[in-house]
Amino acid sequence: MLKAAPSRGKFLGIDKDARPFVRVEGLSRYFDVSPPLLNRVLEGKPRQILKAVDGIDFAIGKGETFSLVGESGCGKSTVARLVVGLYRATDGSIEFDGHDFGRMTTRRAMAPIRSRIQMIFQDPYASLNPRWRVREIIAEPIRAYRLLDGDKAINARVDELLRQVRLTPADGTKFPHEFSGGQRQRISIARALASNPEFLVCDEPTSALDVSVQAQILNLMKDLQRELGLTYLFISHNLAVVYHISDRVGVMYLGRLAEVAPARTLFRQPRHPYTRMLLDTIPDMDMTGRQRNPVAGEVPSPINPPTGCSFHPRCPFANDRCKVERPEPIRRGEAFIACHGVEEGRIPDGPIGTAQAA
Amino acid sequence: MADVTAPPGALRRFVDSDVFYSFRRSKVTVVAAIVTAIIVIGSMLGPWIAPHDTYDVRSLNLLDAFTPPVWSEGGNPSYLLGTDDQGRDVFSTILLGARVSLLVGFAATLFAMTLGVLLGLISGYVGGTTDAVIMRIADIKLSFPAILIALLIDGVARGIIPRDMHDDLALYVVIFAIGISNWVAYARTVRGSTLVEKNKEYVQAARIIGLHPFTIMIRHVLPNVLGPVLVIGTLGLAGAILAEATLSFLGVGVPPTRPSLGTLIRVGNNFLFSGEWWMTIFPGVMLVVLVLAVNLLGDWLRDALNPKLR
Repeated sequence: MLKAAPSRGKFLGIDKDARPFVRVEGLSRYFDVSPPLLNRVLEGKPRQILKAVDGIDFAIGKGETFSLVGESGCGKSTVARLVVGLYRATDGSIEFDGHDFGRMTTRRAMAPIRSRIQMIFQDPYASLNPRWRVREIIAEPIRAYRLLDGDKAINARVDELLRQVRLTPADGTKFPHEFSGGQRQRISIARALASNPEFLVCDEPTSALDVSVQAQILNLMKDLQRELGLTYLFISHNLAVVYHISDRVGVMYLGRLAEVAPARTLFRQPRHPYTRMLLDTIPDMDMTGRQRNPVAGEVPSPINPPTGCSFHPRCPFANDRCKVERPEPIRRGEAFIACHGVEEGRIPDGPIGTAQAA
Repeated sequence: MADVTAPPGALRRFVDSDVFYSFRRSKVTVVAAIVTAIIVIGSMLGPWIAPHDTYDVRSLNLLDAFTPPVWSEGGNPSYLLGTDDQGRDVFSTILLGARVSLLVGFAATLFAMTLGVLLGLISGYVGGTTDAVIMRIADIKLSFPAILIALLIDGVARGIIPRDMHDDLALYVVIFAIGISNWVAYARTVRGSTLVEKNKEYVQAARIIGLHPFTIMIRHVLPNVLGPVLVIGTLGLAGAILAEATLSFLGVGVPPTRPSLGTLIRVGNNFLFSGEWWMTIFPGVMLVVLVLAVNLLGDWLRDALNPKLR
């Protein structure tokens, strides 16, 4: 599976000669969700494997923002957790700046890479230890990696970090519960920056926030990227947010990538039927008063995914080939699409669904 | 316990806290706290404030044996609550006995707490086979009555330890026996809370920076699972004091030379029907009051820390 035919470009979407900063190949993570052994033996229930991530490839260049979008349960958060080493991959590789991070097993081996990778979490109410003061929370990575010696140096660095995320050093002595959601997310970012990382994995960093605060956090993240040359892997289900922040976007469906394209291309000219369905759901001013097409159907269970192209039960263009054969990515300009319909040129332009619904 | 680690200004925040407010509001709790404080301080200072040193055999006067309390006929003003069969002042023995009871209670609770919290943390955080093994041991432990296990350990210890060391080590054996039979409650509670906490993002944030699992357990998870432990600990303290009294009453607890409340009740029990009621009633009342006060404190703490009951 890793050795796909060269004509069918991988989802790396980056110049083959350039060595990408982060390269993920054939990444899979299966979860065993079988009933307990006793139930399997007595009730004859089978083993059940949930394929949360099922062979995805992408690459991220230095200083780039790569986003993963998809509906709930498509495995995007699992990818984030795999990339930072919270989960071990079932299969595939995660390369970080030439180091095979995914195959490292000991904490000692991972330590030098770990300090260069950090993560920002979704829920700012759960990502800060409620019993720690903000100063201690932010200083923890510095202490863990022994980046600085002495309380004085560490305090100075924490003050600097707090200012960097537009908080004041005085905030350091407070407890997390004294802050609002947006402020807490700033604290999370300050903590994530504490070890001078080069790569930040952001798992829906704005989806728990008030809309008015989302933009502030996104702009802060963009500013920091410019100042510090950060590389982002950005996970979100919010297409507007993704459009705002991304250089390139990968659309995930049921643990696989459906389409990878530069953000502008993807939003102007989506090719995969799933991408187009997703984009149709974004409300905009032109559409006022017009009937919108909701994304039809539900995401099938990843325990029992559909055969062939996993999107075929919901796809208006599916034919017999789609039901049997799993599509491999093909290249169209700067975009990579895993769809038989696109390959065969049988997907019409224009909004989909309207013709179908009539 | 949580307040010990709290930084400066903790006292101020404690006085302002909801917990302290609910404490002031509950008269029963205030009374229970005062009673507990009096008993604890009184027994701590026992050796200094007790009118007689009942551990010193030479100071005992057998002629004073079976003296009734002062207010009864034949009472002796130097023996406030009367004397026992060996002429020991009952008031002094109660003070010194409560000291032993409290010591055993605290030590056994602390031991059970430490063991239970540690096993619960490991069980919940590591999960998998480790979790299954620890929890099955807990289940097996639960299927025996606690007092039976304590008796068993006491019996085994008596068999192993040389006879001349019995009296010196008896106290530690009792502490161990009671502690080991009470750790399950802590382990189960902590395991449950740990399962919740370990999936929170702050724990994952700590895992990402590659901290050792043990460091994460102690520094991140432990402070966030201690609330319920405090409640069980307080209620467990009352239970441990009772367990010690039971063991001593059965004659396998602390040695009669350094009697606890349970020992006093047992000794006095022999004379209950011959009319010398004070030997067993006073230590008994003391035990009931102490356990009741501690239990009331525990009940209040459970309610105060439960946000649903506020």
